[in-house]
Amino acid sequence: MSSLGELRDIAVRRRRGGARGKEKYPDNKAAYLFLLPWTVGLLGLTIGPMIASLYLSFTEYNLFRAPEWIGLENFSAMFGDERFWNSFRVTVVYVLVGVPIQLVLALGLAMLLDKGMRGLSFYRSVFYLPSLMGGSVAIAILWRQVFGKEGLVNGVLGWFGVDGPGWIGHPDFALGTLIVLNVWTFGSPMVIFLAGLRQIPEMFYEAASMDGAGRLRKFFSITLPLLTPIIFFNLVLQIIFAFQAFTQAYVVSGGTGGPADATMFYTLLLYKEAFTELNMGYASAMAWFLVIVVAAFTAFNFWLSKYWVFYDD
Amino acid sequence: MTTETETLARPTAPPLRRRRPGGGRRALRSTGKHVMLTAMSVVMIYPLIWLLVSSFKPNSEIFRDLSIFTADLTAENYANGWNDLQFPFSVFIVNSSIIALGAIVGNLVSCSLAAYAFARLRFRGRNLMFAIMLGSIMLPFQVLMVPQFLIFKELGWLNTFLPLIAPKFLATEAFFVFLMVQFIRSLPEEVFEAARIDGAGHFRSYTQITLPLIMPALATTAIFTFIWTWGDFFGPLVYLRLPETWPVSVALKGYLDAQSSSDYGSMFAMSVVSLLPMFLVFVLGQRFLIKGVATTGIK
Repeated sequence: MSSLGELRDIAVRRRRGGARGKEKYPDNKAAYLFLLPWTVGLLGLTIGPMIASLYLSFTEYNLFRAPEWIGLENFSAMFGDERFWNSFRVTVVYVLVGVPIQLVLALGLAMLLDKGMRGLSFYRSVFYLPSLMGGSVAIAILWRQVFGKEGLVNGVLGWFGVDGPGWIGHPDFALGTLIVLNVWTFGSPMVIFLAGLRQIPEMFYEAASMDGAGRLRKFFSITLPLLTPIIFFNLVLQIIFAFQAFTQAYVVSGGTGGPADATMFYTLLLYKEAFTELNMGYASAMAWFLVIVVAAFTAFNFWLSKYWVFYDD
Repeated sequence: MTTETETLARPTAPPLRRRRPGGGRRALRSTGKHVMLTAMSVVMIYPLIWLLVSSFKPNSEIFRDLSIFTADLTAENYANGWNDLQFPFSVFIVNSSIIALGAIVGNLVSCSLAAYAFARLRFRGRNLMFAIMLGSIMLPFQVLMVPQFLIFKELGWLNTFLPLIAPKFLATEAFFVFLMVQFIRSLPEEVFEAARIDGAGHFRSYTQITLPLIMPALATTAIFTFIWTWGDFFGPLVYLRLPETWPVSVALKGYLDAQSSSDYGSMFAMSVVSLLPMFLVFVLGQRFLIKGVATTGIK
């Protein structure tokens, strides 16, 4: 079961009032020992830093002088900054365009890869490989050339007599190349879909066949509904990850977020504010705004899931 | 490659479907499907092959002839690229290897300890802690970035590998904890029961029963940790400012900055060198990777 499924189960159990409340806990001591490293990490590297960055977001801090409390000034400066809103827009476009295309492609190809078909493991490997390498600097370097003025894409377009622009250097297309790069890594959601498809009992299809259902009917009445929890899982996680994309924008744009801030991802601006400008307080405010936005998207997804995700329990 | 999953996936041959008329149409559909999949495979993999072939082409040829079919190949780019930066590329490979190894050991030890507790032990607050652990997967790391930087700076760890390795010993990668929890839960209860009757405490049950039995999950963890740390760019970018401490990823970015725009050959060659370990691990560990993705939804 997926991690989201687990979370949901825990939530459901809690709501039902949990019959386990009065049970004994025989392993308390051993458990806390086993969890010692995790607990130290959680407090020291997650919860502690979260509190610290919340505090810093209300201060002005540049590493050299003690943080100075300035109330909401970071936030008001942020919301009044055109560059901030631009980076927000760029990131939201990247997420809202890239993730759905990636997932539709992943599902489509998972559907094509039938059980036991010839070459299954070959196709799966070929589709999966890019998602392992897609985040690396080498691939970002490759991407610069593939979508460059003299690059592969324009080479192919040239066969059809089209003279393509330098995609990476063009403000209207640069973001698109990064979306394509993200779509190119559809392999990992595809593998998750494949695993999900394998879990649909064969007898459902057999029964539907006997009732005279065609392929389309089977897809919309069996496959799709039973796959909705997995689509949901992929959607939630891919959106969260896409909001945090950094390396590709950084390397493809040569660290500038250009041309004309067209690839200035939110995380890129945040990095620059924190580690180039040393505006640590402002960067913390930006980070918290990101957390809130991601949480809002996730919450919205969960709320929406009531209307389309099918749980058979 | 993965014959095992192949056989697993083989259908139990539902005879009902076979009875349908129109065998010819099915063959046609199957052919059409393979044509589509092959075309898609080519699109997916072509850039990688182009990178590989171009890395063996003389600089003047790379963009003049975009095809991958060429006889004029040379290893010159590799010889040049290796020494293009301030330090030979081997330095960066060693750095990346140390970081990856440290991270792997850290993740294996700390995540398996936590997973054992979550999967096998009953203790106060388990559900809440488990939920927090899962929830931490979804927390954007940007919110931790500045304070963590300040912590490691205070510790005097800047320009060392410690900020990239030490956190792994504290089970900060919850994905792997979850992966192992799933795996331990699927083990038969009797094994643990037998160990308990023989007088084994939790520590022995962890080291002598659990660890040997969750080898596949440990392998998956090791492989993913390798691929992630090898490819990681952000961490080293923040913590490692001295060129002699750079891992492969940051060094490659150095080529992009230093390049007198025309020497694409050596940049491509070193890109290939940097991808090679990932590719090898992918080929050798595919089985574990696919399984790992399917159970936890990691990249």
